[in-house]
Amino acid sequence: MFNQNEFRNAKYAKVLSNEICRLNDGRQTRIVHVCGTHEHTISHSGIRSLLPREIDLVAGPGCPVCVSAAEDIDMAIELVRKGHIIVSFGDMIRVPSTSSSLGKERVRGGDIRVVYGPNEAIEVARKNPDKEIVFVGVGFETTAPAMAVELLKGPPENFSILTSLKLVPPAMEILMNQDGFSVDGFITPGHVSVIIGTNAYGSIAEKYKVPCVAAGFEPLDVLESIRMILLQIEEGRAESENEYTRVVRPEGNLAAQKVLEDTFRIDAAPWRGLGVIAHSGYFPRAELAAHDAREKFEFPPLDSVDILPGCICHKVVIGIADPMECPLFGKRCVPENPYGPCMVGYEGTCRIRHESKFD
Amino acid sequence: MCLAVPGLVESIEDDYADVDFGGVRKKVCVTLLPGLEVGEYVIVHTGYAIERMKPEEAKKTLALWDEMAEMAAKMEK
Ligand code: SF4
Repeated sequence: MFNQNEFRNAKYAKVLSNEICRLNDGRQTRIVHVCGTHEHTISHSGIRSLLPREIDLVAGPGCPVCVSAAEDIDMAIELVRKGHIIVSFGDMIRVPSTSSSLGKERVRGGDIRVVYGPNEAIEVARKNPDKEIVFVGVGFETTAPAMAVELLKGPPENFSILTSLKLVPPAMEILMNQDGFSVDGFITPGHVSVIIGTNAYGSIAEKYKVPCVAAGFEPLDVLESIRMILLQIEEGRAESENEYTRVVRPEGNLAAQKVLEDTFRIDAAPWRGLGVIAHSGYFPRAELAAHDAREKFEFPPLDSVDILPGCICHKVVIGIADPMECPLFGKRCVPENPYGPCMVGYEGTCRIRHESKFD
Repeated sequence: MCLAVPGLVESIEDDYADVDFGGVRKKVCVTLLPGLEVGEYVIVHTGYAIERMKPEEAKKTLALWDEMAEMAAKMEK
């Protein structure tokens, strides 16, 4: 059996951290990653403590539930209040929206079910033929192909999807143009890169002269990706490279890309904290309208509010504020009772900070 | 959300495979990996295999770090 433990071996960590220190040479360097799973690895294995003080390792908008627009959840709440069954991943249930959350609706008697994958959502539809089942499909490029596979198979008539599916590269571009945002190198998300390939970041690396390195999720993967970024900086290069070579291919998973193309069109999508970003969301193609909840049901005007008063998630998700700067952190907002979306899942920057023993 | 774990493909039937995750066995959809064979490693996300994992590539990465460790040891001497 293949053993990933070598990717946690302390002996290599020491070598990599020395090499990082040597390459960085006292420079102020800001490295941004855009993946909640990376933040999880970084915080829980104390990566920041292995870096020289001048390297700032910052979490960008890499947590799908943190950036899911309140509008998407408000739509789902409308549907559950009409008596339809809502199905989604566990984290989505707890995300606060404008005035409620799916979890709160469940306490009030709404039929809301948690599944592990889209095929289980289809199962719920098959078992409840007299009900409408709406799957709140949240995720990035990593998760979208699984949903596409099920939509292409021809789901039951009573099944529809409310997509909250987003593309990472357009959000990286938006970051580059945000006030107060700066970056010397991106760690690009490993499992998003599995689908889209490292080639997908080539134009960003070139246009903004910023090194991009796709990384795996063991602690040493993250250290190695930082070393690779620093090496690019030292050599005056800005390219899209691959640290996660055991899984990621430069061209990505072509079969998955084909399935995505057959199922979804790419359009502007609202990101919590970032606003509407052009070409950043997957939506079912017109042929699949019968299974597209936005087409199938009517919604009243929702007046959704993304960021509740006091919460600074919109700054936390783009890495220009630290959770500690939020007056509600650890007080009104805790993992058991999240006030803002960044406190919900294991990938939320506020939740991770709250639970990490290193910071 | 983008958490995905490696496992070993033990058998394949149509669109589904039995995958061994270090002792825990699960049925996994393999539609996204045409030509997948028993004995290959896959990375699985929400019940769908999204890519093959190549142990030989992992070995190359580890070999690179071994080399760096050796260099560092020599420098110290
Ligand atoms: S601690 Fe809670 S309220 Fe404050 S920014 Fe984080 S999620 Fe928002």
